[in-house]
Amino acid sequence: MYSAEQLKVYSLLADVKDPEVPVLSILDLGIVRNVEISDQGGKQNVHVYITPTYSGCPAMDAIAIGIRMALTGRGFGSIQVTHQLQPAWTTDWMTEEGKRKLKEYGIAPPQRKSTEKLALFEEENIACPRCESTDTQLVSRYGPTSCKSLYKCNSCLEPFEHFKCH
Amino acid sequence: MKLSYILHLADDALVLGHRMSEWCGHGPVLEQDIAMTNTALDLLGRARTLYQYAADLYNQMPVEQRAKMFSSVSLQKLDAAGEKAEEDTMPYLRDSWDFKNVLIAEQPNGDWAQSVARSLFVDCFYYYYFDQLQHCTDATIAAVAEKSLKEVTYHLKWSSEWVIRLGDGTDESHEKMQTAINELWSYTGEMFEEADYETSLRDELKLPELAAIKAKWQKHIEEVLEDATMKLPTATWMQKGGKNGMHSEHLGYVLAELQFMQRVYPSMQW
Repeated sequence: MYSAEQLKVYSLLADVKDPEVPVLSILDLGIVRNVEISDQGGKQNVHVYITPTYSGCPAMDAIAIGIRMALTGRGFGSIQVTHQLQPAWTTDWMTEEGKRKLKEYGIAPPQRKSTEKLALFEEENIACPRCESTDTQLVSRYGPTSCKSLYKCNSCLEPFEHFKCH
Repeated sequence: MKLSYILHLADDALVLGHRMSEWCGHGPVLEQDIAMTNTALDLLGRARTLYQYAADLYNQMPVEQRAKMFSSVSLQKLDAAGEKAEEDTMPYLRDSWDFKNVLIAEQPNGDWAQSVARSLFVDCFYYYYFDQLQHCTDATIAAVAEKSLKEVTYHLKWSSEWVIRLGDGTDESHEKMQTAINELWSYTGEMFEEADYETSLRDELKLPELAAIKAKWQKHIEEVLEDATMKLPTATWMQKGGKNGMHSEHLGYVLAELQFMQRVYPSMQW
């Protein structure tokens, strides 16, 4: 269903990282909504639509620049990046591969689906990404970035971050 | 009219966001400093999208209509030079009487109790407001509402919990929390009074019915105050004017800080 040109763009976007969580590509994070290719005099113009995770996410500007850098010099015509708000981003769009990478990086991934009633509230039994213990406690619902909360593991006593279900 | 309404939504978010950002580096503990500034960032993000939209609408207006919109000389100069408005134009170049935020948003931080009381009142309003506004017929406004609803859900939980913690805490925290709720109470009425631009757009855009929002708001506030062992204020006289550009003196100080660099070095960028 994707054209060869679209697939080429997607493969290049797989190298664009979220600057706040550098193990995740923007495809893992699920923020790429669409890639449009239009032919203009033999040159392929690219239009990438991305969805912000949070309204004020300061990484969005860096990500837009990252996309331009990744696509520049690859034989495309113009490169356009548009922020698309609707439908609102949800952690359901994060890939399983992305969740695995998060855990390896030391961040507990979201567990619930955003459509569940209590989705936006903190989850119970968050497993410590280091020792797997579920004897953990919430320290703060707000963390170093909007998308994460702070937890502490009561078993191994290490603090860790949890990517909030959103 | 639509421009005024969008500016009202944007100004509410910007001015409250600016106030909350003043806590940066001053929070009582690190986690709460981060909570305040995270919320400020959500509000700033919401304001940015709306200001971008406002600039687009402003640019599409006929010149004569644009000239009547704002009194700011800086904006008129921009027009005379044939330059287009952009995202930063509305927050940086309008004067205080052109701002349409509700008065509660610009009230000073005071102590922690006053800041969380202000957040509770505004978060609770926007929680129910965006729940309706996501069905607005204007696609951009609906998208902002849908996105913001998720964020304000966190904000409301946070501010409600703080009011309960302090109200149901020590004698001193209870007294400070009750004082804050009482002092800010007279600024809550304005949120539920339609400005002319809202009345004229209500049917076309399917804007939320403010009376229905008020009933839900009141119920939540009553529940929180009951859990906090506090009393709902009984005063009925309410302040108003912000939605139509009549502000308390506090907004001038906010703008003096917010706009200083753009006013002194026009069009500067970081």
